[in-house]
Amino acid sequence: MSVLKIEDLQVSVETEQGTKQILRGVDLTIGQGETHAIMGPNGSGKSTLAYAIAGHPKYHVEGGSVTLDGEEMLDLSVDERARAGLFLAMQYPVEIPGVSNANFLRTAKTAIDGAAPPIRSWLKEVDAAMSGLRMDKSFRERNVNEGFSGGEKKRNEILQLELLKPKFAVLDETDSGLDVDALKIVSEGVNRAKEATGMGVLLITHYNRILRYVKPDFVHVFVAGKVAEQGGPELAVRLENEGYDRFLEGSTVG
Amino acid sequence: MSPAAPALVPVQTRSERLASASVDDFAPVTGLEFEWKFVPLAAVKHLTDGALDGSPTAFGYTESAGTAVEWIDASDARVGSAGLPEDRAAANAWSSVEKVLSIVVSGEPAEELVVTRSHFGSAPRAAHVLVEARPHSSGIVILQQNGAANLAENVEIVVGDGAQLTVVTVQEWDDDAVHLSNHFARVGRDANLRHVIVSLGGRAVRVNPSVHLVEQGASIDSFGLYFADSGQYFEQRPYIDHQAANTRSRVNYKGALQGAGAHTVWVGDVLIGPHADGTDSYEQNRNLVLSEGARADSIPNLEIETGNIVGAGHASSTGRFDDEQLFYLQSRGITEEEARRLVVRGFLAEIIQQIGSPALEERISAAVEAELVAAEGVRG
Repeated sequence: MSVLKIEDLQVSVETEQGTKQILRGVDLTIGQGETHAIMGPNGSGKSTLAYAIAGHPKYHVEGGSVTLDGEEMLDLSVDERARAGLFLAMQYPVEIPGVSNANFLRTAKTAIDGAAPPIRSWLKEVDAAMSGLRMDKSFRERNVNEGFSGGEKKRNEILQLELLKPKFAVLDETDSGLDVDALKIVSEGVNRAKEATGMGVLLITHYNRILRYVKPDFVHVFVAGKVAEQGGPELAVRLENEGYDRFLEGSTVG
Repeated sequence: MSPAAPALVPVQTRSERLASASVDDFAPVTGLEFEWKFVPLAAVKHLTDGALDGSPTAFGYTESAGTAVEWIDASDARVGSAGLPEDRAAANAWSSVEKVLSIVVSGEPAEELVVTRSHFGSAPRAAHVLVEARPHSSGIVILQQNGAANLAENVEIVVGDGAQLTVVTVQEWDDDAVHLSNHFARVGRDANLRHVIVSLGGRAVRVNPSVHLVEQGASIDSFGLYFADSGQYFEQRPYIDHQAANTRSRVNYKGALQGAGAHTVWVGDVLIGPHADGTDSYEQNRNLVLSEGARADSIPNLEIETGNIVGAGHASSTGRFDDEQLFYLQSRGITEEEARRLVVRGFLAEIIQQIGSPALEERISAAVEAELVAAEGVRG
């Protein structure tokens, strides 16, 4: 069974005011097939955790480790981590002018698998995944994320998730900015991917509502750069009713 | 023809710049003139000031239905119908040529015509090409340049009423080639010119197209693509002259630069004259700088002499590689090298897709790919 293990992860970023520590010792273990929700107030470091796992150069790891089945991810480049089985669905996917979605998807699939997928079955698979996400076929030929609405960008992220079949996926506020219909469509995509591959999911969210559609096995409350409390799905319900206030007393948000 | 402007009096409007076929009307080039200030003068001095061999040079082409290619005398009445030189090298070339290469497009539509020019050699030379599209004809003329060159030339383009003409000029010269080219276009009523400059090879290459929209409804789509490596200098100064009413222009140039000393210059002039009511114009230039030590100059100019227009806009940007794009692609398993290639290819694809000849588009894509691979080798 695959395991993604985060131990004592400490991460800083450079700001105009100097180096700022964001993650202050994060411990998390995610097993294959498990869904872990990370909830927390703005500025608690949730997105930093996502980007640090993926290897964004802006975030400096000061200490700790992230291992996938025992292999240290922090020593690997961004693309090596992806090929090892990590996936990050981004909150603000960038546009790549002049590169068609079809070309991008095929290039990524080839990179992840180490060989180009057979063309016929690949096209079928892309078509099926797109229709599952109610994406028009025109999105194949459009440039990556260019001119996509917020919701279309999120669907495109989940399309990649379904096609690239990672071992572990980090979803960074995939629910933010979606109306309820889009939220359902995106959630169904995540559930399909889980069912198809048995991947583990780290679901980062500010709100409880996506957890109605993507059921978490564990909920972690993230405050001031580390996990302040953890529990089962009932913790999310409690947070929805009570808010984050009780965690914030005596701690500095940052 | 106006005499040479007195020294040190700046030309106030683009249309008042001196135009003359006589080299003596232009003062010797010092490098202080705006039109010469970026050019590596030592590399081009023999073209502005030296004697040029103006005899015809061999070229290759295949017979294409609806087109005719022949040498005509420089004294032919049609020569000079699209414009006159505006700099000393162009005037030097104009007065040096014995024969003019005439290309006539008369088909409705004509077959694609490719004229391959690869026998100029390294001695200083002058050349003159006259492309004419007969009224209501349509066609695509590709001027493909290869090999050695020390060449000053003028290319005239006359687009008859209602004609649809595409002219593509591809510079894939040898590394030490020098090429100064002025294109003059005259676009007739309801006619369209699509003009594409592709510069990939040569030491110093300058292609300056001046396009005059002289009849109502005339339009120009002006595109450019350049990829400068270490030590290469590429310049282009598109000038769009809206003279008549309801004329339309779109100018879009994109360049990539890689390596120490790579230098590109784009100066885009758009003049909307007093009688050009209903003009619709937009020009832009975008540069992608791929490494340290490269320099891109980008200068858009817009002169408007009538208030009654549909639109006039310009944009210019010169940027480094977007790290967020790289991160995004790499986070999907794509290696950094391949991600860079994808982004640059995508950046330039917008222009390549406009060429209008599938075979040439494919070949230019491959050539850009080769540039990228070579550039990676340099970067190590």
